[in-house]
Amino acid sequence: MPVPRKERRKVAGSERVGVYTLLRFERGGLDAGVPGQFFMLELPGHIVPRPFSICLAPKGELGFLIDPVGPVTRELCELERGQEISLFGPLGNGFRTDVDRPLLVGGGIGVAPLPYASQLMGKPPAILGFRTRRHAEAAKLVPKAEVCIEPMLVTELIPAVPMDVLACGPEPMLHAVHALVPDAQLAWEAPMACGFGACYGCVVEFEGESIRLCVEGPILNGRPPVLPILNVSEEEKAE
Amino acid sequence: MILNASGCLDALTAPAVARELDAYMVKTITLEPRAGNPQPRLAETDFGMLNSIGLQNPGVERFCSEVLPRLEELGIPLWISVGGAEATEYAEVCARIGERRAVHALELNLSCPNVDPAAEGAAKIVAAARAATEAPLYAKLSPLLPDVAGVAKSVLAAGATGLSLVNSLRGLALDEWTLEPQLGRGVGGYSGAALRPVALAAVFICYEATGGEVPIVGMGGVETGRHALDLIAAGASAVALGSILFRDPKAPVRVRAELAEELGARGFKHPEEARGAAHRPQSD
Repeated sequence: MPVPRKERRKVAGSERVGVYTLLRFERGGLDAGVPGQFFMLELPGHIVPRPFSICLAPKGELGFLIDPVGPVTRELCELERGQEISLFGPLGNGFRTDVDRPLLVGGGIGVAPLPYASQLMGKPPAILGFRTRRHAEAAKLVPKAEVCIEPMLVTELIPAVPMDVLACGPEPMLHAVHALVPDAQLAWEAPMACGFGACYGCVVEFEGESIRLCVEGPILNGRPPVLPILNVSEEEKAE
Repeated sequence: MILNASGCLDALTAPAVARELDAYMVKTITLEPRAGNPQPRLAETDFGMLNSIGLQNPGVERFCSEVLPRLEELGIPLWISVGGAEATEYAEVCARIGERRAVHALELNLSCPNVDPAAEGAAKIVAAARAATEAPLYAKLSPLLPDVAGVAKSVLAAGATGLSLVNSLRGLALDEWTLEPQLGRGVGGYSGAALRPVALAAVFICYEATGGEVPIVGMGGVETGRHALDLIAAGASAVALGSILFRDPKAPVRVRAELAEELGARGFKHPEEARGAAHRPQSD
């Protein structure tokens, strides 16, 4: 697994995708990681960095899909090309992508990690659900996506045949997918201050287990976590 | 001496960070396991962050069998934070871990804002812990105490070796639209830059009240070497890094280098020379 690094990186570009913003950074020495992993993005003037899953990793870049729902996400969406912020990652376990019958399932901003997964997995089928048509414009980031708009739900479109589901979306959607496909890989979310197991902010209960999402997740039933996370000094990394 | 504040680092997930400290403070251990508080557990607010973790820990038994042996393997001096609902619980945890070879000191968490406080007073808890172990005991006090110096003197009289000053303040943040508390438990612990002058005052007052004769671990909003120096000048013999570690895992190395520079710029060769400098009469 790639070694996480913290670097200041310049914005390479920022595009509106429906209500969302695809924010691209120059990658520099950062590793693009695997789909489902995340980076902590740190805005100047804010005390707590925020986790964002890797949306796309074109050559030399790292892209994140941002939903402007709070002060930090709104400021991120307003960043302009050439502005610089700190990125720390890649962190977390990531999806298992070596599956036989892949099906990507996303809801709302939960579509974020799926474009990268789709790209690395050879464009498998995908089902994406959104609140409005404007939100659904993000579906263009995922090839071969079947799209539904509320009140229709993604679970209504999941075929009855056995599939290896990789899902990301709001918690009720993840619970519903889990009920339908018990071995689905589920990208979970909780507020996080560090991304490397220090703060215990992102602990969730899942099937009776207490899980630190940044260390043992964020993908429940995903890749086994590689621990420890920060084991080598900066000097050793440089060698 | 630079440590981490309890609950702000996991040496097992980030040993590279822990190795840069003079000692690693283990997140609070209680007698029984604690699942911690409901989500959401974190919120950012002006000048600081709120946490509501609720002393999540595996309990002393599992800690001793599964966690402590792995921490001991790291070869880092360990300090262990100890919590409880009553004095006997503190005492039992101290008895179980106080004499382990890698354990250099125990910090009694007498002031977590995220759990119901222990029924007994601080001095009674310290006395019970003291009866249970010979390990150095640091009493971690809240900055909300109206008479922090009085409580400091009472815990020292009860057998504490030193003081840890300060724990987080109690704080609240509301959601922008629903106006409901952002944290699952409502109020939480407020830490970060806003805590700095509060911690500085507590250290200053307690150093003066104890004649500069007891060790004091100063903590609260330390982000730079200058902040560490301020605490030392106010009377701290050691400094702990808290929420800065969440966004800057290199903080131990950086703060240590900055502190050396700040000391040198003022003609101090060693942090001990600067300890209590704020209390000396000013020369013209």
